[in-house]
Amino acid sequence: MSSKFVIALYVLPSLLLILSIVYVPILFTGYYGFFDWSGAGAMRFAGLDNYGKLMRDAHFWDSALHSLWFALMSTLSLIGYLLAALVLSGKLRGANLLRKIYLVPMLLSSVAIAQLWLKVYHPTTGILNSLLDFAGVQNTPNWLSDPDIVLWAIFAPILWQYAGFYILIYYAALKNIPEPIIEAARIDGASPLAIAWRIKVPLIGEVIKLTVVLAVVGSLKYFDLIYIMTEGGPDRASEVMASYMYAKAFRTFDFGYASSIGFTLLLICLVATWAIRALTASRDKIEYNG
Amino acid sequence: MNNMRPAAAAASASAASRTFARTGRAVGKTLLYALLIAVAVFQLLPLVWLFLFSLKNNQEIFRLPPLVPPERLRWENYADVWTRGKIDVYFLNSVIVTALSVLLTVLLASFVTFALTRMNWKWRAPVLGLFMVGYMIPIHSALIPLFVLYRNIHLIDNPLSLILTYTAFNLPLTIMIMLGFYYALPREIEEAAVMDGCSVHRLFLQIILPMTTSVMATAAIINMIFNWNEFVFVNTFISSDTRKTLTVGIQNFVGQYTTNWGAIGATLMISIVPVLLAYLFMSNRIIEGIAAGAVKG
Repeated sequence: MSSKFVIALYVLPSLLLILSIVYVPILFTGYYGFFDWSGAGAMRFAGLDNYGKLMRDAHFWDSALHSLWFALMSTLSLIGYLLAALVLSGKLRGANLLRKIYLVPMLLSSVAIAQLWLKVYHPTTGILNSLLDFAGVQNTPNWLSDPDIVLWAIFAPILWQYAGFYILIYYAALKNIPEPIIEAARIDGASPLAIAWRIKVPLIGEVIKLTVVLAVVGSLKYFDLIYIMTEGGPDRASEVMASYMYAKAFRTFDFGYASSIGFTLLLICLVATWAIRALTASRDKIEYNG
Repeated sequence: MNNMRPAAAAASASAASRTFARTGRAVGKTLLYALLIAVAVFQLLPLVWLFLFSLKNNQEIFRLPPLVPPERLRWENYADVWTRGKIDVYFLNSVIVTALSVLLTVLLASFVTFALTRMNWKWRAPVLGLFMVGYMIPIHSALIPLFVLYRNIHLIDNPLSLILTYTAFNLPLTIMIMLGFYYALPREIEEAAVMDGCSVHRLFLQIILPMTTSVMATAAIINMIFNWNEFVFVNTFISSDTRKTLTVGIQNFVGQYTTNWGAIGATLMISIVPVLLAYLFMSNRIIEGIAAGAVKG
């Protein structure tokens, strides 16, 4: 038995699986984008028609703008998560329990989260408007059918879901910083704030970069919650790229056009990942042996 | 004596400012504590509310304040949806699809990680890169061709389409979780085994795999949660009601029973209890898995 055969035995099954189910399909998405196709019947070659249409499609640009809004808000919320992790990773009693509680929503399916928050936002019986009523608020908002607040109303469960995840990542990274470094700074008379801002945050810079990538890319491809809670409505006010693509593919059966959206989504995600990495590349690398 | 006085004054002044700073810090710390606890309440409140309304009927939901439990806990909501709402069928489908996908993913990822960390071969770096980049690919960019592929090979409406897709899309994260553990594994035992003429397969099956049970458990539980909760693929590939898993099943169920809050609450509770139980008993493993997968990316 040659060693090449042995390596193939261990690697090929997984490699074939990921190639045929992840990589080849994304190439096909790009390919389908050049056709006029309803998903069944003949495919008609359309050249760059779909991509041209995409460039002029105001609905697509609106959905891209909404995706971008989610990406921006998710990135800003990272600041709050980082602060929470900084506090929790200090010597705080109950930090471990709090951290575990924060993570609970992350374990739920998006269907459960969406259905639960549909109930939370219910105009009359929902817990949110019940509490607002109780507090004496007169005209309680209609959270999910008001185009001016629907994006915020969807962002709240996203915050709720991911808070524990990002706090956990920062917490784990902060706990990895070797104690002697912090101790040395403390002996030199650095205040806790200075230690946090000048030492801890720069030391976990790589992890912060990673979370920015996760938050941006995660937001750009966000789908489940919006699809279940509003289907992009009211009147497309909460449409994002993925929900727009899904509607084009499986509601109006415009597979060609939907593929061009799917491929554009992929390119935007890859470019965003690359751009964040390039923009935040530090010339002096911080290293320590932990 | 005389020249001691300014020093003493300075000392007492600095002591005063130190007490002041200490009280300030104590107040700050209490405020922070209150804030962190408020966040914890915010994280749990919707779930507590869900649990409460899953035990009420509609009159009680409309009449009672949201966080007041009913006079009698209506567990029959659960029994009702379990049989009449076909939640039993969806639940079983979820168990089967989740279990088989987890098994396949952990096994295949172990094979690959073993080859990536213990064998020397030319294409190692690009293959590793291929698996890592897979983590970043949005599922929507592969969805339409996958749908077409499964339709062409008659796997539409077949649980196998889900198992294959879950395995492929979860391999990157699973390998990421395993890599660190494999790198840290001491090599002395393996070297001794190889010296004794142990074959590669026996080395992997009888020595490496038993040593990696803890990381396999971590990877398995993370995969379990992801697969149990998955929605888009089931929604796209599975059309018959009897083959749907819980996420899409309850989505349908809720569509039919929009006004029966107790039934909806009970259904949602049934779908999240298995994951919450797993978290209760294995929170450290789950936390470790999530952190390892994310931080090593």
